[in-house]
Amino acid sequence: MSSVVTAIERVKSPPTSRIISTTLMAARLGRQYFVDLVFLNTTRLFAFLVLALLLGILISLFISSLPSMRAFGFGFLTSTAWDPVQERFGALVPIFGTLVTSFIALLIGIPVSFGIALFLTELSPIWLKRPIGIAIELLAGIPSIIYGMWGLFVFAPIFADYVQPWLIKYLGSLAIIGPLFSGVPQGIGMLTAGIILAIMVIPFIASVMRDVFELVPPMLKESAYGLGATTWEVVWNVVLPYTRVGVVGGILLGLGRALGETMAVTFVIGNAHQVYTSLLAPGNSIASTLANEFTEAVGDLYTSALIELGLLLFLITVIVLALAKLLLLQLAKKEGAQT
Amino acid sequence: MDVSTQHAPKIKINNLSFYYGSYRALKPMAFEILENCVTAFIGPSGCGKSTLLRTFNRMYELYPNQRATGEIMLDGENILDPRQDLNMLRAKVGMVFQKPTPFPMSVFDNVAFGIKLYESLSRRELEERVEWALRKAALWEEVKDKLNQSGTSLSGGQQQRLCIARAIAVKPEVLLLDEPASALDPISTARIEELIHELKEDYTIAIVTHNMQQAARVSDYTAYMYLGELIEFGRTDEVFVKPKRKETEDYITGRFG
Amino acid sequence: MIPIYRRRQLINAFNLFVSMLAVAFGLFWLAWILWTLFSNGLQAIDLTIFIQSTPPPGSNGGLANAIVGSLLMTFIAVLIGTPVGILAGTYLAEYGGGGWLAPATRFINDILLSAPSIVIGLFVYAVYVANVKHFSGWAGACALSLIVIPVVLKTTENMLRLIPNSLREAAAALGAPRWKIITMVTLRASRAGIITGILLAVARISGETAPLLFTALNNQFSSSNLNHPIANLPVVIFQFAMSPYSDWQRLAWGGALLITIAVLIFNIVGRTLFGQKTPLQ
Repeated sequence: MSSVVTAIERVKSPPTSRIISTTLMAARLGRQYFVDLVFLNTTRLFAFLVLALLLGILISLFISSLPSMRAFGFGFLTSTAWDPVQERFGALVPIFGTLVTSFIALLIGIPVSFGIALFLTELSPIWLKRPIGIAIELLAGIPSIIYGMWGLFVFAPIFADYVQPWLIKYLGSLAIIGPLFSGVPQGIGMLTAGIILAIMVIPFIASVMRDVFELVPPMLKESAYGLGATTWEVVWNVVLPYTRVGVVGGILLGLGRALGETMAVTFVIGNAHQVYTSLLAPGNSIASTLANEFTEAVGDLYTSALIELGLLLFLITVIVLALAKLLLLQLAKKEGAQT
Repeated sequence: MDVSTQHAPKIKINNLSFYYGSYRALKPMAFEILENCVTAFIGPSGCGKSTLLRTFNRMYELYPNQRATGEIMLDGENILDPRQDLNMLRAKVGMVFQKPTPFPMSVFDNVAFGIKLYESLSRRELEERVEWALRKAALWEEVKDKLNQSGTSLSGGQQQRLCIARAIAVKPEVLLLDEPASALDPISTARIEELIHELKEDYTIAIVTHNMQQAARVSDYTAYMYLGELIEFGRTDEVFVKPKRKETEDYITGRFG
Repeated sequence: MIPIYRRRQLINAFNLFVSMLAVAFGLFWLAWILWTLFSNGLQAIDLTIFIQSTPPPGSNGGLANAIVGSLLMTFIAVLIGTPVGILAGTYLAEYGGGGWLAPATRFINDILLSAPSIVIGLFVYAVYVANVKHFSGWAGACALSLIVIPVVLKTTENMLRLIPNSLREAAAALGAPRWKIITMVTLRASRAGIITGILLAVARISGETAPLLFTALNNQFSSSNLNHPIANLPVVIFQFAMSPYSDWQRLAWGGALLITIAVLIFNIVGRTLFGQKTPLQ
């Protein structure tokens, strides 16, 4: 009974004017400010660490490439030499391979990604959007080594038996692009690597395109539809120009991925240190050279040359990705200004 | 509302202005908030009433470009003084927001959160204080068996009462209520208004509301604001029945806003 | 008027049809790759793959040591990378306004997110392996952690930004100091999203081969000594697949399937936990 009474008294009692003595409270708060400072600076330190990481990568790769830079100078970029025995190295073959395979990847990947993004934003019934979105993410999530294995064991043989002979026969005899499709159908090679890279970058480009397409204000599209434009005309004349900055950003993002892709390319590019005119011939990319040869590289100059290759790749990729990010940021800012 | 007994001024506002960057959102104003009374701030959207309320616990300090000038004297001390300790201020001046904001923890921990910041209570004392606060907020009966469930599992009205319990658990002296019932259904709103009526016996309350009838029901004093300016301040029965300014009369009779 | 309209209609129908072909194109490759993976990989999966270590060519064996090695390195990579990512992401979301560090870090982080992982491997090689003069599991874990950090950082920041300011203000109104607001309220409220970020990071590193090529290398034997080259699934698969031995190739497919299933599971679990588009996009 008395506990009920005291409980009621407690409920009704007015609050005392000071909770605890002010000095105690001030001491406690003083400690809190110290912890606040520690916390802020700890998080700030780790943010700085990320920044430092990029710089660290550039600096350490640069330092390790110095022997090679001193030995070959700028000629490194234009030389096709690759002789571990005589220790003469040149980056032209890997750079060429990287650029060509990425170019093929974009050539195939951009239209396909555009088609997918168009479908998802304008054509697809609602129930289909999620599954296709998931399928795209699946495609992006499959580890690249699997692409490589599939490419080498499954795709390349079929490519060699059925598609390449056709290409050689019909395209190989044409005027300008003929030499691109000449040679023996081996299955592996630059074209194969480019095709597989295309499949790998499609999910990235397509999802960025889809995201920026969805940013277009419905009223803008409706005004075009209201004038009687067809779906295609709306997309080509309204959506695409509106999102052009973001689309380029997405393409550059895909390019950045394609440039650095290692395992898939390594399996199918053929590991040849020569520049051939035919796309059906084997070649090398920077990443595949590194993957194939780094662990067996004997001698400091060999290792240093390989690291210099890595540095080049990193620089190219950083520039492409930075451009992509800047463009996408610009589009986001435009959107922010308008909403 | 009968306010015949004399109340001392709890907060004295002198020449208070507020700026977002270089834009002056509140024009210089002066008034007093009396102890153990409910003071309501009314006015159309954008008139600055929430901005004004948030100067009383310097909530604007969380954001870079906002500042207040002038004086706000709480029990004789200017809380706008840069030397004023913000956390201590907020222990004395509690706030309940427009939308219920339960923390991602159990009901018990929600109420105990503020207490644990300042006091080292034994487990039993803590439980008693939590119960006391929940009873004061008229929530105890509904949650006494659910103290360990997440605060977000309660209904909207219950969550808001949880936020009130949380605010009073630290035994502040002033309670700032920023449209506390605007996100709630009419029945929960009525309970909150009953609560305010009980709470004013122990606390000084400042309430912002866009609902004039609520202000009339609940408050002892009313301030009418328009475009950042304090147009009229007075006892609620006078402001609503015989407003001194035409602008006030226009707003109250619904001619605009 | 009419012939022009007919032409427009035809162009429209054609292009829309082509876009559907594009979708079919993408789905076709996905289906083919998954089909290949499952049909080749399933026949290699049995209990022995989990029990026995990698065999020399021509004899039977499994992938046990590789699985263990991968698990170990993944675990350590997450252990190292997650705190860094969460703390840095917290800085960007909670303290970032008004300085140069936050925008710069955000920008750089997005670049690191998509940077070639083989360069990360080179970096760890140059800084760590070359100095200690031997490959090791620790180096591999380091390289993987450098891939974890950008993923966790980005998701943490995005999740924290989703928390409405009113929750922070409610805690501030009670007089809570900044660090308590962040740790006890904001981070707590974004728990699910941050865990999703960690799961996505794990999914990402489960499939990474390149960074391990010059750091952890590989080890034929069963060893959990991280100070030496350690067996790991991706490099084993690489070696075995490129080899001319059929039983090695069989194991490679089995390993590939295991990796893909792991990646899929982590992605699915992450998505169901959070239920929306992955925060990375």
